[in-house]
Amino acid sequence: MKAAVDALLRKELRLELRAPQAVPAMALFSVTTLVVFHFALQRGQVEGDLASGVLWVTLLFAAMLGTSRLFVADHEEGGLDGFLLAPVDRTALLVAKALAMFAFLAIVELVAVPAFALLLLGPTPDASALAQLVLVLALADAGVAVTGTLVAALAVQTRARDLLVPLLALPLLMPVVIAAAKGTTPLLAAAGTGDVGARWLVILGLYDLVFGLIAYAVFDFLVED
Amino acid sequence: MAAAPAIELAGLTRRYGERVALRDVTLSLPAGATLVVFGPNGAGKSTLLRVLSTLLRPHAGVARVLGRSLPDEGWAVRGRLGLLGHAPLLYRDLTGRENLVFHARLHRVALDRADELLERVGLTARAGDKVHTYSRGMVQRLAVCRAVLHDPEVLLLDEPRANLDPAARELVEPLIGAASGRTRVVTSHDPAGGLAEADLALGLRAGSVALVAAAREVHAEQIGALYR
Repeated sequence: MKAAVDALLRKELRLELRAPQAVPAMALFSVTTLVVFHFALQRGQVEGDLASGVLWVTLLFAAMLGTSRLFVADHEEGGLDGFLLAPVDRTALLVAKALAMFAFLAIVELVAVPAFALLLLGPTPDASALAQLVLVLALADAGVAVTGTLVAALAVQTRARDLLVPLLALPLLMPVVIAAAKGTTPLLAAAGTGDVGARWLVILGLYDLVFGLIAYAVFDFLVED
Repeated sequence: MAAAPAIELAGLTRRYGERVALRDVTLSLPAGATLVVFGPNGAGKSTLLRVLSTLLRPHAGVARVLGRSLPDEGWAVRGRLGLLGHAPLLYRDLTGRENLVFHARLHRVALDRADELLERVGLTARAGDKVHTYSRGMVQRLAVCRAVLHDPEVLLLDEPRANLDPAARELVEPLIGAASGRTRVVTSHDPAGGLAEADLALGLRAGSVALVAAAREVHAEQIGALYR
């Protein structure tokens, strides 16, 4: 399966580099949303729970854009059939798509988080808080990537793809939003030296594990006839 | 002794919702033989190929390919089938060579095979260009390469010579023609040409079998009648 994941992931990244679609759309959406928040909140700076909420709402909705596009090239150009004709485990596609989505989210966050700090964030987190923020982002991204891949595989079969993705994914991602926002709040507090709280990391890790197993169990049925 | 059947269908039925796309198709095709499927648009030809390729599940009846029952043992035959359908199954923003290398990796085929096939269909000079810059005939030639990349035992060909000029047809003939030595299921709208390459002829009309017989016993007029 490793060779198939490698081939699929190379193809995903090459297509995104060759004809960028998901990452620029997600990054632009994130920055635009942060600008809107900047003006709509009528305050120059935010901190604590408000800052955390703004950051996660922005990242989550940006992720929906990428999720909607995740299987489009495969569906429209027949690549999914090409994959299904190959003698490889269907899980390879799940793993490759989730890894690609994780990479896209990480790249978008390299743009969105500094933009958030510049446009809205009051306190400047110290190195420890930043490291913990990266950990929360990584765990949350893993959950978004797995659940997003699952939902995208289901939605791409329908005409209402763009509507179905947020309708299905947002409720499923609520635990991620709650845990990530709660965990991030102390990191973005005025003191900037808060601790993320182990229980939120555990919840994010458990979510990733549970949805990873669910995705593994049902993915074949979603992509096959 | 007759060759073992490569494809056996008994009462094969496939529906799309309420509409029956294939109804009660029964036939047996020996290994190495060619089945040519005739029928007007919407008769069920492409559906038959998709069922045989494991992309669609049969809803009733029996379908066995290379001795394996579909869909339960589809995993065992996927790497032994090559499908050339209406869609080329190629990524437009990848180059011709990148597309073949991608499929070669999925099928665990040596990457040299991609270059060999590109040369055989006359695409070496354009191998580094993105597929969306190709003409339809070039895309079809590349799709032929994709379909035979893993040297499949059974070829499922949906109007394989569409968009090909005479020179291109000659280039792909050794790969997908009768001389390739593979078991083939070919759809065609050309009665004379189709019968000339067929061992067995199947005529479909609205998903039902209108004719199934050894090709030597079928006249082109009988095929023409399917379209009236």
